[in-house]
This record gives sequence, structure tokens and C-alpha cells, in this order.
Amino acid sequence: MLRFTEDHEWLRLEGDVATVGITRHAAEQLGDLVFVDLPKVGTTLSKGAAAAVVESVKAASDVYAPLDGEVTEANDAVVAAPETVNQDPEGAGWLYRMRLADPSSLDALMDEAAYAALPK
Amino acid sequence: MSAQPAESVALETTPLHDLHQRLGARMVPFAGYSMPLHYPPGQLKEHLHTRAAAGLFDVSHMGQILLRGEDPAAIARALEGLIPADLVGLKVGRQRYGLLTDAAGGILDDLMVARFEDHVVVVVNAANKKADAAHLRAHLPAAITVEERPDALLALQGPAAEAALAALAPEVAAMRFLDVRAVTLLGAPGFVARSGYTGEDGFEISVPAAVAAPLAEALLAQPGVQPVGLGARDTLRLEAGLCLHGADIGPDTSPVEAGLTFAIPKVRRRGGAREGGFPGAARILHEFEAGPARRRVGLRPEGRAPVRAGAPLLAEAGGAPLGRVTSGSFGPSLGGPVAMGYVAASHAADGTRIVAEVRGQALPLAVTPLPFLAATFKRD
Repeated sequence: MLRFTEDHEWLRLEGDVATVGITRHAAEQLGDLVFVDLPKVGTTLSKGAAAAVVESVKAASDVYAPLDGEVTEANDAVVAAPETVNQDPEGAGWLYRMRLADPSSLDALMDEAAYAALPK
Repeated sequence: MSAQPAESVALETTPLHDLHQRLGARMVPFAGYSMPLHYPPGQLKEHLHTRAAAGLFDVSHMGQILLRGEDPAAIARALEGLIPADLVGLKVGRQRYGLLTDAAGGILDDLMVARFEDHVVVVVNAANKKADAAHLRAHLPAAITVEERPDALLALQGPAAEAALAALAPEVAAMRFLDVRAVTLLGAPGFVARSGYTGEDGFEISVPAAVAAPLAEALLAQPGVQPVGLGARDTLRLEAGLCLHGADIGPDTSPVEAGLTFAIPKVRRRGGAREGGFPGAARILHEFEAGPARRRVGLRPEGRAPVRAGAPLLAEAGGAPLGRVTSGSFGPSLGGPVAMGYVAASHAADGTRIVAEVRGQALPLAVTPLPFLAATFKRD
């Protein structure tokens, strides 16, 4: 099940590792992405800190760490082809994976229905 | 102190507002207007389409100022007191780029001056149009009337532009770069200039507001013409090495620093027949001879990360500050990032390697000749 943050990130938990990306809404708002900078494997992330950067033709945007954890994998495919994030933001356009410090912290994030109802 | 919410200001709309909405444009505030940033295909595709075929831009937010007087030659002479260009030598049916300078040698605005049989039309930037009109009224002789025209302005840019506009007005095919002429479009009086701000061949088309939407639809019905938003207009002009007033040039930059010396011909320089006589002449003419302390340069980041306006430029990581980036983005036609900025004259030579500070990292860039992409104007 996908979970969502108010900053328009999504997470999918498998075991204690969450895959993180930006939502379709965020990708549409940003427009055509031309550059993605991802955190290095092993980086310790704190909830709310800048974790990645996505840049569209028009602007750079920070992607914040949705929860505390450690980066276990970065999606090099989107670094090589940033447009993948526009084409499939909630699938092949994932950004990185992180081992959550506290997997139960995911429960505090929105589910799909709550995110859909979020004023954007 | 807590931040106050921005005061909401009603945005003005152009005569094409309804059409933009019908076409699915993403509208954004720009210079007090609600303007299309891009349409459903998106900024990248719109940019590339303009270079490959033709893009239709709504630039009705820009200012069109009509100057009238007993004698158009007297208007040209009076304008030379405010703009260091050769306007006395500007022939009827021709247009020229010029700069409105201030007493300190800064650039109040950049503009296009078009000479018609019995009047002159000045096209100015949206954000400056009220100030420009007031400046002209304050400094031109009272016998010259300064009228802000409410007409719409469309830009049709790209290799398919000529065929598309000629389908409605065949005579435009005979125009060359910087020609202007009165043209009847859909039965209404307007004027066409063979110019634009994308580095492509194309036209700027001024028509009464009531004709704007039918004209836009008639042009969009021509082969190869797509609507293009202000987002792509910005990356197109950046690749073409063209300055955006308020970003690359402004009251804090001089024409010589900005590398816009082509806009100041020999006749207005030291030793010229009409030397000086414009605001800021002492500084500007001095800079021609002594060279400016800093220069606008093209910059190609060596990596893939765009380097944006405001990024500090340094000689090397942790090294001496040289200046800052004034425009920067991804250049869709170049497939990589491009930027412009000011650097100390010591580091302005083509090929000089410097760095930009972006998110705490020093990204290497090379000083690069402008434009990044050769223009395709129809010069003969």
C-alpha cells in the first residue's frame, strides 16, 4: 500500500525498507524534469531534511526525507533519464530506497484516499 | 517577524486569455498578467517544436508605445536623447534594437524601435511599460505624443513561421530580418515586424485586441504551428544568448558590461557624428575605451545539473568571487544546461574554466561564446 506526505512524496514499504518517489501530482506540477540528484547509499536521513533534488526546465525543487532512515539504494535509471519520473512517477520513476529507523512511523502518513483529499 | 501573506492583486488578462484556457494552458502570474507558462505538451516539447516548425506566443503583455509628432524625423532625433542607437538613420519600414539608459549608465529597459511613414512604435518589456511611457512623456518634447496602445501582440517563431503567416498575408514573405510594415490581417489593420526573441526567423504581429483570437486560431490552423508558453520562450531566448531585462540586464548593468555594444553604433560613440547625448554617456563611452570591470558571458556547465540565476561564480572551489549567474536553465536544443552571468573581466575570455556554487557544491563551467545556438534570421 502506498503512503503519502504533505510534501507530495509517496512511500511503499517492503519489510523495513521503503521505496520513495514523488507523486503524479508533484511530477505534473514540476513539469519536464531534466536533472535528478539522489542521496548516496549509506546516507542517514532525518525526516524533513532535503534528501534529493529534482530539477525541471524551470526550477530546482528539494525532495524531503519523509521519515528517519538510511539510504539503501538510489535509482540510477532516473539519474540517466530524468523524464522517467514524469512518465511513471509512482513506478519506474522511484527515486531511492531507505531502511526506516521505525517502520511503524509509516502509519502516521496519509493513505491514498487521504492524499487524494488533500487540498493541493 | 512573521511573514505576511502576499497581498492578492487582480491579474490583468490578454485578449487571448479564453483561448489559452481552451487550449489547456497552465496559467501563471507574470508582470501583472495571467500568462500561459506552457500548454499540455510541456515546455520541452514546445521549445523543440519552435526550433523545428513554428511556435505561436502571446506577448500581448508587452508594451506597444506609439509616438506621433509633426515630423517623424524629429521623433527620431528626440529619441536619440534617451536611447544610444542610430535612430536618425533608421529608415521607414525598419526596426532596431535599443536601450533606454539612465544617468548612471544603467539599462532602464531594452526595446525595439520601428519607424513608420508618419509615426514610430516602440515595443517594450511588460514589467517596464508604464515606467517607460512615463519616462518618454517626461523627456520627449511636448509636441511628441506618447500613446500606450492596447493592441494584442503575437510572436510567430520558427522555420515554418513564414509560410504560416504568408497564408494570411502573402506580402510578409518578402520581408527580411527587422523589416516592419503595415499589414491587413483578417480585414483589420495591424503591423508585422520580422523579428522575435528566440533566435529563430519569425514575426511579431500587432493587431487590434478584437482580432487577436481569430488571428491566433487562423495561425494555429496552419501546418506546423503550435501554441508555446512563456516557459519555452525563456529557454529559447537563453540559448540564443538574448538578455532578459530584470535578470541579465537592468539599472545595475551598463550596455558595455552586458556586451550589448552592437546596440550603440559608431555614430554615437567617441568621435562619431552624433557622439554621446544620451543618459549615462560619460560612463558608457568611458567603458568602450577602458573596458568594463566585468562582462556578461555565456556559461556551459560541464555536468548535467542546471545552474540557476543567483548562483555565485568563483575562480575555483573556495576561490575568489567573480560574479553571479543571471539566467540559467536546461537548454532543450543543446541537450544540457546553459547559463549566462557576469564575471570579472579577468575571467571573461572564451574557454576560461570557473565554478558555480550550487547547493554547497562547486560545479565546473566553461566561459562560452554567445549565442549558444546560431540564429537563423532571414537577413537577405
